[in-house]
Amino acid sequence: MHRFANPAQFNRLADKILPWAKLVLAACLIYGLYLAFFGSPPDRQQGESVRIMYVHVPAAWMAMFCYLVVAGASFTEFVWRHPLAILAGKAAAPIGATFTALALITGALWGKPTWGTYWQWDGRMTSVLVLFFLYLGYMAIWRSMDEEEKAGRAASILALVGVINLPIIKFSVEWWNTLHQPASVFRLDGPTISGEMLWPLFTMAIAFKAYFVVVFLYRMKLEINRRKLSVLRMSRVNG
Amino acid sequence: MTSAQETSLSGIFFGIVRRDVRLAWSQGGTGTMALSFFLIAVTLFPFGVGPEPQVLARIAPGVIWVVALLACLISLDRLYQADFEDGSLDDLALSPLGLTGVAAAKILAHWVSTVLPLVVVSPILGMLMNLPDGAYGTLLISLLVGTPALSLIGSMGAALTVSVRRGGVLLSLLVLPLYVPTLIFAVGAVDATAGLVDATQPLALLGAASLLALVVGPFVSAQALRLSLE
Repeated sequence: MHRFANPAQFNRLADKILPWAKLVLAACLIYGLYLAFFGSPPDRQQGESVRIMYVHVPAAWMAMFCYLVVAGASFTEFVWRHPLAILAGKAAAPIGATFTALALITGALWGKPTWGTYWQWDGRMTSVLVLFFLYLGYMAIWRSMDEEEKAGRAASILALVGVINLPIIKFSVEWWNTLHQPASVFRLDGPTISGEMLWPLFTMAIAFKAYFVVVFLYRMKLEINRRKLSVLRMSRVNG
Repeated sequence: MTSAQETSLSGIFFGIVRRDVRLAWSQGGTGTMALSFFLIAVTLFPFGVGPEPQVLARIAPGVIWVVALLACLISLDRLYQADFEDGSLDDLALSPLGLTGVAAAKILAHWVSTVLPLVVVSPILGMLMNLPDGAYGTLLISLLVGTPALSLIGSMGAALTVSVRRGGVLLSLLVLPLYVPTLIFAVGAVDATAGLVDATQPLALLGAASLLALVVGPFVSAQALRLSLE
């Protein structure tokens, strides 16, 4: 792992992965959207509006996944002090925040025709909203201090403290009475959702993951270059 | 030669507690600020929503808890910052208690000096907000059990923002999402009693939240303080 602490090594690795990730993104996004709109049946009760699910659910999965990346990066920073760990958190957070916002907005749009309301303060929506604020707080700490190093470590502390929210999100539909349906995909007994809906769902999920990989790698390269630039500036100043 | 009393760990711990409590109630301290805010802000609600008794009774537990939470929040940004600015925090960091112990002492002092007065005053505000008769006991218990979590979680945010200029706003953004579970359980408990339902479950969860905060809070605060002291 420490081999990739060298920025040049990391850039080489990123450049190798990026073309494949872009390919997977393009393929899965096109196929997934085709399946979502044309290749899957309308729901028995909800009709065509169920198709929002193919954006809403993968976005929600990504929201939690990105937080795991941020928390994992924070943990790596504190335990192993990997030089790039902290940058990984900084790179992943805005992507996660965007997916969370997407999940909240598409959820509201889906809720209106299905449940009659844009919003309800149930366990899952509340905890996803809390997740959104945790992302915002994390990004805010990065900008709050002059020294990036310290700001990054402070943000990592917040990320680790907020990890407790993830199991709350996952199990909120089981612990509390809620408008949300109980888990129908990731269950111990296997998914209860129909196969024709499962495929577009997973294809879109892979497409979103690929999107994350592409944007994340670009952001990491950006952060590495930014660091290089500030080092160059410093050495110019110091003669 | 210093006496054994002064150099024992508990002597140092309670020395810090005593100092902070005294400072909180001195000129420019947070004690009066939090208490006045609590009293004034709750009093605003009847003016805002109208004095109709049923409406006030319905919102009383939530209003009292939210305003207590906000009063705690505004007093938090000075928790470490005052000592950080004049260098005392550097001295405290060298104490044999370690930063975790120092954080725990300051949190205890904050709770005793700034938050406990709010709890004491809450029955009066309950009367102003037409809180149902049976709910006063649960309100006090929920405040006693839940407000330590507020001080503990808030201390983490205060430690993270100690070196940030105008850190108060960032502190609120960091701390409010973490306050939400405590608030939900506390108000749930009082609402349960008002609805003549057993409040044991939310109170137990509230206690769990406070205990978890007790384990995590001082340690995380110390780590965050260490970042700014380097």
